[in-house]
Amino acid sequence: MPDLLLDVEGLETQFKTSDGVVHAVNGVTFGLKEGETLGVVGESGCGKSVTMLSLLRLIPTPPGKIKAGKALFYGQDLLKLSAEEIRYVRGAQISMIFQDPMTSLNPVLTIGLQLEEPLMLHLGMSRRQARARAAELLGMVGIPNAGDRLGDYPHQFSGGMRQRVMIAMALSCSPQILIADEPTTALDVTIQAQIVELVKRLRDELGMAIIWITHDLGVVAGIAQRVVVMYGGYIIEEASVEDLYGKPQHPYTIGLLGSLPRVDEKKREKLFSIDGLPPTLYEKPKNCPFAPRCKWAVEHCWNENPLLEEVKPKHQLACWVDVKSGRERS
Amino acid sequence: MTSNNVLLRVENLVKHFPITRGIILQKQVAAVHAVDDVSFTIHKGETLGLVGESGCGKSTTGRTILQLYRPTAGSVVFDDVDLVALKGEELRKMRRKMQMIFQDPYASLNPRMTVGEIIGEPLAIHKVASKKEIEERVEQLLELVGLNPAFSNRYPHEFSGGQRQRIGVARALSLQPSFIVCDEPISALDVSIQAQVVNLLEDLQTQFNLTYPFVAHDLSMVRHISDRVAVMYLGVIVELASRDEVYHKPLHPYTQALLSAVPIPDPIADAKRERVILKGDVPSPVNPPSGCRFRTRCPIAEALCAETRPEFRELKPDHFVACHFAERFA
Repeated sequence: MPDLLLDVEGLETQFKTSDGVVHAVNGVTFGLKEGETLGVVGESGCGKSVTMLSLLRLIPTPPGKIKAGKALFYGQDLLKLSAEEIRYVRGAQISMIFQDPMTSLNPVLTIGLQLEEPLMLHLGMSRRQARARAAELLGMVGIPNAGDRLGDYPHQFSGGMRQRVMIAMALSCSPQILIADEPTTALDVTIQAQIVELVKRLRDELGMAIIWITHDLGVVAGIAQRVVVMYGGYIIEEASVEDLYGKPQHPYTIGLLGSLPRVDEKKREKLFSIDGLPPTLYEKPKNCPFAPRCKWAVEHCWNENPLLEEVKPKHQLACWVDVKSGRERS
Repeated sequence: MTSNNVLLRVENLVKHFPITRGIILQKQVAAVHAVDDVSFTIHKGETLGLVGESGCGKSTTGRTILQLYRPTAGSVVFDDVDLVALKGEELRKMRRKMQMIFQDPYASLNPRMTVGEIIGEPLAIHKVASKKEIEERVEQLLELVGLNPAFSNRYPHEFSGGQRQRIGVARALSLQPSFIVCDEPISALDVSIQAQVVNLLEDLQTQFNLTYPFVAHDLSMVRHISDRVAVMYLGVIVELASRDEVYHKPLHPYTQALLSAVPIPDPIADAKRERVILKGDVPSPVNPPSGCRFRTRCPIAEALCAETRPEFRELKPDHFVACHFAERFA
């Protein structure tokens, strides 16, 4: 597909630990179109963050290592760029916001200095220009009296405000892609709603593409157009947001949606729970990684790991079984 | 409901944490108003959800009930005994009937004790069973919470988060209490594991007629598990009613905003909703606003709200609300 802004193929990342090799990402393939918002959903340890960190080459090496894959961004493979070149991409073209706004800001530098740094580095602005732009950016993310607050330190901001600062910083060089790694997980619901609204507004104004990583299926429903679900280092389902929530096909996605109580729940029913535990990742499984917890598993699931394939237009699935009939898909 | 059905009655509970200055000559300079004049009752076999954002005092309320924090003022009557007046051995006796499940299953289990020792410790402390009996009881309890009884000589680090939380539940059950404070028991767990633990808590409640005050910030989960819900904001209860009343006909503007901020895992339902996005952050509990605590963020606040603290009144049968203008929503 030529219209893809980012085209990731067969990405594999592993970590060497004293207990053995952790297969964190096992061949992940996905694309991102211009201006699109892609939700990446999964539980802790499913490889969602490692995938994105690998793209920006932020994996600590060693112990981590990108074993295989391609990530084409404007025709260049991000995984093959030199350290110098990838540094230009990071921040300027693809930027990232992290889960914990407290630990991702430098506590001993003022907000102003931290905002000016990328502007001077990537855009070659003078200090004076950078300062003016920094104030503008803070205003854009809804911080009152932005100009006066540039001299403040991170501890003088609340959690929600700090996340706004992070967003301002990430957007400072007008990136084509914003990767948001659980940006609202550490925040309260009312503040989470503020941040989601803010990102939506900025997306519409600035037209960047967003990859929104989260474990919260609720947040993704409100912001993404397309969703990929990850499990055990694999993408197991990919679909448009309406399809994924309306007609989920993978037993894991079905289970995940069923195990969520809803605030608009009609009557009180027992929650659908997925038995067992997520896989350990020390071995690359030969079977479907979800088979041990799957109600629908058939023999085939234990012999061969299903690959992601298109089951309907724009709906990809990695499962041998047709959940509706309970039989193996022909 | 008749009053002899009441297991716990909390009246005008206040908990302030002093802020001191000086090392040797300590002097109190201010106080964190964590809980400020809170009253409610819990009936036998009922689950009362306590919800609110971080810092609203919901956990402090739970801990003050158990006298883990001694209240600054007010009374906590459990089974017709005022716990605030009790000390030493008498209080310890009452604690057999009231237990707690903590938020962090990693921090709340001693890493140097085996699971058997952890679960058996309450029995040993209260000297209610012989060594042999304790062993048997531990095995029963492990089975009850869905763990293999053979695990009793393993250490906590050998278990996953969800399994550890089951161990915490087994420990809370060991003395056969009638009342268990659940302090965010699932918020540290992954989504698919949360449902497992909630289902377990519900099964145990039916089996042993347990009473739960259930502290949580996840409004969807609270809705799922609670019979009645108390919404807290900055140390006060702003609304208290049956769960259907709170979720369908909320009378307090804060409850309304909070509910509208919760994401729904359904893109179609989510898009249809009207959102109330609150401005700003929760004020500091050291200096709470005068009058109504919510007035600084309230969309309908008027001059009166700054002057008088709204009374916590029963606007409809069994539906309590603390807002001067709640009639508008009735």
